[in-house]
Amino acid sequence: MNVKGYKLKQIGVEEIIVAVEELCISANYDLGEDVIDSYKKALSKESSPLGRRVLECLIENAQIARAERVPLCQDTGMAVLFVEVGQDLHIVGGPLSQVLHEGVRRGYENGYLRKSVVTDPFERINSGDNIPAVIHYEIVPGDKLRLTVVPKGFGSENMGGIKMCKPSEGLEGAMQFVVDTVDRAGGNPCPPIIVGVGVGGTMEKAALLAKKALTRPLGQNNPEERLAQIERELLARINSLGIGPQGFGGMTTALAVNLETFPTHIAGMPVAVNINCHATRHKTIILEGGRADVRQRSN
Amino acid sequence: MSGSVRIETPLTKEKVARLKVGDNVSLNGVIYTGRDAAHKKMVEAINRGEEIPFEIRNQVIYFVGPAPAKPGQVIGSAGPTTSGRMDAYSPVLLARGLSGMIGKGLLSAKVTNALKKYGAVYFGAIGGAGALIAKRIISSEVIAYPGLGPEAVRRLEVKDFPLIVIIDSQGHNLYDLGKARYRKVNG
Repeated sequence: MNVKGYKLKQIGVEEIIVAVEELCISANYDLGEDVIDSYKKALSKESSPLGRRVLECLIENAQIARAERVPLCQDTGMAVLFVEVGQDLHIVGGPLSQVLHEGVRRGYENGYLRKSVVTDPFERINSGDNIPAVIHYEIVPGDKLRLTVVPKGFGSENMGGIKMCKPSEGLEGAMQFVVDTVDRAGGNPCPPIIVGVGVGGTMEKAALLAKKALTRPLGQNNPEERLAQIERELLARINSLGIGPQGFGGMTTALAVNLETFPTHIAGMPVAVNINCHATRHKTIILEGGRADVRQRSN
Repeated sequence: MSGSVRIETPLTKEKVARLKVGDNVSLNGVIYTGRDAAHKKMVEAINRGEEIPFEIRNQVIYFVGPAPAKPGQVIGSAGPTTSGRMDAYSPVLLARGLSGMIGKGLLSAKVTNALKKYGAVYFGAIGGAGALIAKRIISSEVIAYPGLGPEAVRRLEVKDFPLIVIIDSQGHNLYDLGKARYRKVNG
């Protein structure tokens, strides 16, 4: 074996901390254009006067938040991070998990974001700095670091659900569970909502697929036409429920249904539904790092 | 706001009786904040026979845990939180004379019945419009449980706070009526 001298990509932790801090703040202040566009589209179609009034308020709210650099919503969420680490990238200066948490801590402190995390689910004492975050890591090919921050509010998070469907329930059973979950939620998750659906894998895989589905830009269906068709049908059925903006009645209950699937076991069909409120917030950055001579080795 | 009913607090039973489901309301005056942890503490205090942090008769509670105020702001973003989490506590406060609650989302049948029984009203604020609502709050002061951080009880003064009557004192419910009107499926 002969390994010639090579240069490993590396990235310092301070760059990661600053990036996470900025993502936490911008996700909470700057609503994506895709979301604002979908409000406007919904406004042009909504026939309920109260529903239209809600949508107008949401557009104005997003403008205020952006112009005045304040959070769209007081529930600035528990921070969920999707972290894709290129296997050829070397992170220098500290443990990645600590570094990401430091970024979240600074973002919530310096951005005047609400601290909404309790340290123990039973004792319920506020941690005071909004950490820990929930971090999902993935090792991927390449030498980049891709960070997505999703501040997740719990008005919507509380209304999700998972069902370990029987295979005999089929596609219709899965779809009915999704529609029923949204129907039961009513106005609680702050409609118009975005519905993330994960089907397949194991219990936790389905839940993760549903969460990740929420990070897809609005207006983009699943690239697989068969699944895109299911998304469209689910959206139509959900918007026939009559719940409407804020649950006041109307045609706009959901702005999108995003479905992701995964192979599963012969005996099962896990179906997870993760709901986002209309303030669907997520920001992504790809950090490139820099090249550095790390070592030369030959034998 | 055009076409809205202007209401000043304190919210007497006479004012409540005039409010009808679906009304647009512009609320003015003093209201109090409280959410999960503060409700638990207040109801525990009542059960021990102790006083709660403010005289509740004819008052309005806003279910909110605001974001921290930036320098120069009265309060950070301050939209409603999901009301149903306070269901376990609300009937106790309604029995003590609370006349209005502001939040978002469904209430249990028990709370709806308590609204009717005690002549109180449930208002909806627009969930997620926290930046917009904060501009209608002209003063904010923590009056109890400061250790609860965003969950502390605050005394707020509001001006033209836009609300919608979700459940009136007769028990008419906008969530049921609105959904029925636009629903195109059964079940």
